[in-house]
Amino acid sequence: MSTVKLTVNGRAVSVDVEDRTLLVHLLRENLNLTGTHVGCDTSQCGACVVHVDGRAVKSCTMLAGQAAGSNVTTIEGLAKGDELHPMQAAFRDNHGLQCGYCTPGMIMSAVDIVHRHGGKLDEETVRHELEGNICRCTGYHNIVKAVLDAAGRMQVSQAAE
Amino acid sequence: MGVEGIGARVVRKEDRRFITGQGKYVDDVKMVGMSYAHFIRSPHAHAKVKGIDSAEAMKMPGVIAVLTGQQIVDDKVGNLICGWAITSKDGSPMKMGAWPAMAPETVRFVGQAVAVVIAETKNQAKDAAEAVVVNYEELPAVPDIKAAIASGAAQLHPEAPGNIVYDWHLGDEAAVKDAFSKAANVVTLDLTNNRLVPNAMEPRAAVAHYDQAEEHYTLYTTSQNPHVARLVLSAFYNIAPEHKLRVIAPDVGGGFGSKIYIYPEEMVALWASKKVNRPVKWTGDRSEAFLTDAHGRDHVSKAEMAFDKDNKILGLRVKTHANFGAYMSLFSSAVPTYLYATLLSGQYVIPAIYAEVIGVYTNTTPVDAYRGAGRPEASYLIERMMETAARQLKVDPAELRKRNFITTFPYQTPVIMAYDIGDFHASIDAAMKAIDYAGFPARKAKAKADGKLRGIGVSCYIEACGIAPSKAVGSLGAGVGLWESAEIRVNPVGTIEVLTGSHSHGQGHETTFCQIIAERLGVPISQVSIVHGDTDKVQFGMGTYGSRSLAVGGTAIVKAMEKVEAKAKKIAAHALEASESDIVIENGEFKVTGTDKSIALPMVALAAYTAHNLPDGMEPGLKETAFYDPTNFTFPAGAYICELEVDPGTGKTSFVNFVAADDFGRLINPMIVEGQVHGGLAQGIGQALLEGVVYDGTGQLVTASFMDYTMPRADDLPSFQLSHTTTLCPGNPLGVKGCGEAGAIGASAAVINAITDAIGNNKLEMPATPDRVWHAIHG
Repeated sequence: MSTVKLTVNGRAVSVDVEDRTLLVHLLRENLNLTGTHVGCDTSQCGACVVHVDGRAVKSCTMLAGQAAGSNVTTIEGLAKGDELHPMQAAFRDNHGLQCGYCTPGMIMSAVDIVHRHGGKLDEETVRHELEGNICRCTGYHNIVKAVLDAAGRMQVSQAAE
Repeated sequence: MGVEGIGARVVRKEDRRFITGQGKYVDDVKMVGMSYAHFIRSPHAHAKVKGIDSAEAMKMPGVIAVLTGQQIVDDKVGNLICGWAITSKDGSPMKMGAWPAMAPETVRFVGQAVAVVIAETKNQAKDAAEAVVVNYEELPAVPDIKAAIASGAAQLHPEAPGNIVYDWHLGDEAAVKDAFSKAANVVTLDLTNNRLVPNAMEPRAAVAHYDQAEEHYTLYTTSQNPHVARLVLSAFYNIAPEHKLRVIAPDVGGGFGSKIYIYPEEMVALWASKKVNRPVKWTGDRSEAFLTDAHGRDHVSKAEMAFDKDNKILGLRVKTHANFGAYMSLFSSAVPTYLYATLLSGQYVIPAIYAEVIGVYTNTTPVDAYRGAGRPEASYLIERMMETAARQLKVDPAELRKRNFITTFPYQTPVIMAYDIGDFHASIDAAMKAIDYAGFPARKAKAKADGKLRGIGVSCYIEACGIAPSKAVGSLGAGVGLWESAEIRVNPVGTIEVLTGSHSHGQGHETTFCQIIAERLGVPISQVSIVHGDTDKVQFGMGTYGSRSLAVGGTAIVKAMEKVEAKAKKIAAHALEASESDIVIENGEFKVTGTDKSIALPMVALAAYTAHNLPDGMEPGLKETAFYDPTNFTFPAGAYICELEVDPGTGKTSFVNFVAADDFGRLINPMIVEGQVHGGLAQGIGQALLEGVVYDGTGQLVTASFMDYTMPRADDLPSFQLSHTTTLCPGNPLGVKGCGEAGAIGASAAVINAITDAIGNNKLEMPATPDRVWHAIHG
C-alpha cells in the first residue's frame, strides 16, 4: 500500500491504494468519480481519458502512483458549476452522444485536441485525432461535428477572455 | 408541430447527466458490504472438467467463497433456455443442448465459466482465481460450420446428433423448381456473412443483493429488457419468484442485441448473493465480453435466382448454414429463421421463394441477435444477388432493381410477411439524385486516369420491425408475447410520469416519448418524466430490441394517453358545465369549443385528486394504463448508395460518398433518427470492411481484444449524407416504423457492391480488408 497525494478537480486528496492500482480505479473506486469509464483492458477505447497536468491521458494506462503530485481533471471537473464547458455543450447540441458511455473520454480527448491544434482543425484532423477513442453508437458523424463546433466556441470564449 | 412536439429536433433531456459524468451505470452502483466476483473460465474449446481444487485459493486473503458448477446443479438452478421453439422440416423439435450457468462436467467454448471466486476486493478475487486448479481432459473441437458437419466430427451435445440444431425450411419448394425450369437466366452466388462481436462500449455487469429478512433479491444489470430478465430468472432458473425479485437496468451503455439475453454471470451473481449473504458485484472486462457476449451473424449461404427474358425475377432458392456456437442463446433459434428467411423477398416481386436453414453447433461462443438480427443477412444476400445479376445480365443495377420493385401495397410475399406500405422508387430515386448516379461514369473515368479504381454500389433494404402480433409469433414458436405497456400518471400539479416497458440504452426515449406527450397534451417536456428499467416501478414490459420501442411502446403511450384524455375531458366538461363532446384540447388547455371557457390541465389534474367536484360515480385520480399488441410488423425500407475508390497498389478502400434515403414513416425527433442511422451505417460498414471474428483450428478466439478485432474508428468512416422519404405506417396511430437497425441492415451490401464494381471481381468476402481486396484484384 502507498499513499498517493494529488489534486483532482481542484481539490487536494490523499489516498491509500495498493501499488498496482491504476489511476482510473483510484478515481472511480476511491474518489467515487464514476464519470470516468472503463471500456476495455488494452488501452484502446479511450473511455477513461482524463487530463493529467493539462494533457489527455488514458487513466487505465497510468498507475495511481505515477499521478502523485499531479493535477488531474475528470469529466466531473470540466464544467464551471452549472455552466457547461463549450465541448460539453457542443456534444449535446450536435447529438454527439447516444448511450453516453464513451462520452466522458471523448469529451476529455476532444478538449485536448482543440487545445493542441488551436484554430487549425478540419474534419480530417479531428477524425485522425479521435483514433484513440471508440464509440459504438454514433458512427462518429455527430462527434466530429461537435468537436468542430466546440473548437469555434472555444476560440470565441478564449478571445473574450 | 410545436417547438417540442412531433417532428421537432429537440436536444436530448438525458444528455446533461452523460456529458457531466453523472450517468449511473451498473458498475457505478456500490452497496454496503459489497463483495466481488471473478469467474474462472475454460481455456479449452472442448474439454471434460475432471476436478476443481480450490483449497489453496480459499486460504488467500479476502476470499469468501469459491463456487462451482456442481453447486449450481445441486441447488437445482435451471439451465439457460432458448425461448423460441423451431420445428425442423421433418417435424422434429430443435435439439437444445443443456447449458448450465457454470459447467459441471463439460466445457464447450473457450471462456465458458466453470467456477466463481467471491472475495472482499476485485483484485483479491482475481488473485485467488489464479490459485484455483481446474483439471481438464481436452476433447477434439469443431471451430466452424464446415468442421462441425463433417463426417466423424466431434459431437457437442448428445441431444443433437451431427451437431445439427435444426434443419428448417420456408416457402414452396415445388413452385421454385417450376420457376427455375422456366428461367431464361439463372444467377448463382455463394457467400459468407461474417461473425461479429457486438461490443457495446459498456461491458456487461451485475450487482446482486439478497435481503435475508424479506427473502427478496435485487439485481442491477446491464439489460435491454429487465422484465424479461426477471421472468426468465424466476420462471426458468428458479432463483426467486417474481414478486421477490427486483431487476433494475439503470443507464446502460449500448446493447445492440447483446444485452437482451440473461447470461450465466448475472444469474450466478444473483445466486451467489444468497450463498454468501453479501451483495455481489461482477463487472466484465473487455476480454470477457469478446469471449462471452453473444456474437452475431455467421452464415454460409448458397443462393440461386431465376429471371425471365425480360429480367423479371421468377424465383429464389437459398440454402443457409447458421452457426449457433456451443449453446442455444435466448433468441438464437429465431434469428436465422423467422427474422431472416421471411425477409428474403427484399423489395422485389419474387413469385416463388424456398429457403432451407440448417442450424449448427460449434465449439465457439453462442451466437444470437446483433443489430438487425437475421435481416442484415437477408438484405446482404438479396442485394449482392441483385448486383451480381445485373452484371451477369448486363443491365444497370439500379434499373434491374426498379424493374422488379413491389409497387402495390399491401403486398403478400411468399415468405409470411405482408408489407403494409412503402415507396421503393421514391427512396432509390432520392439516393441516386443525392449521389449524382448519372454522373458516375465520368467520375469513374477521371479516377482511372488518376490510377484509382472507382466503384458505386447500391443496396435497397427492407426490414420487419416491431415484431408482432403476439398471437402470430406464438404460433411460430415464440415463448413470449411481443406487446408493450405504458402507464401515464398525471400528478395533482399537472406534471406527468410516463412508465414504459421499453428500455433506453442510447436511443433517447427520455426525449422522444416526452415529445409525443407534448404534442398531444401541450405539456412542456420539462414537465414530463420517462420511467423505465425498474421492475418495481414498471409492472411489465418486453424491453427494447428490433426497433420496436416507438412503433410498439410509443403506441402504448398513445393508447394510455387517449384514456387519460377521455377521463380529463369528462372532468373538464363537468367543471366548465359543458357537454363532454364540446371539449377540445389545445396547448394544454381543455376548451369548450366556440366559447372562451377553458381549464388548464393542471387544474383538471388537481380536480381529479381533490375529488371535491367530480362527475357522479367517477373514481378520483388521473392515471391510465394501456397494453398494446400490434396487428403487424412495421416495414422500414430505403436505399443506400456508396461510392468509393480502391488503390490497386495497396487494396485500400477510401470513401468518396455514402448516401442514405430511408423511409421510417413519421419522424418524432429527426435529430435522434439521424443519429440512429449514423450508428447503424457505421456497424454495417464495419462488417463490410473491418470486423470479423477469427477462431483458430482448435477453437481459440484469435480476435479477442480491441488490438485484434478491428472496431470502426473515426478515421475509418465518412460523413454520411442522409435523406428521408415518407410513407406513413398504417398500422399504428403515430405512423412510425422504427429506425434503429436500418443502417446495419443496408450498409454492408452497398459497400461490397461498390468495391466489386471498382475492381471488376465479384468474388469478395467480408471484411474486405486491403489484403483481401488486393488479392481480389491481382489474384
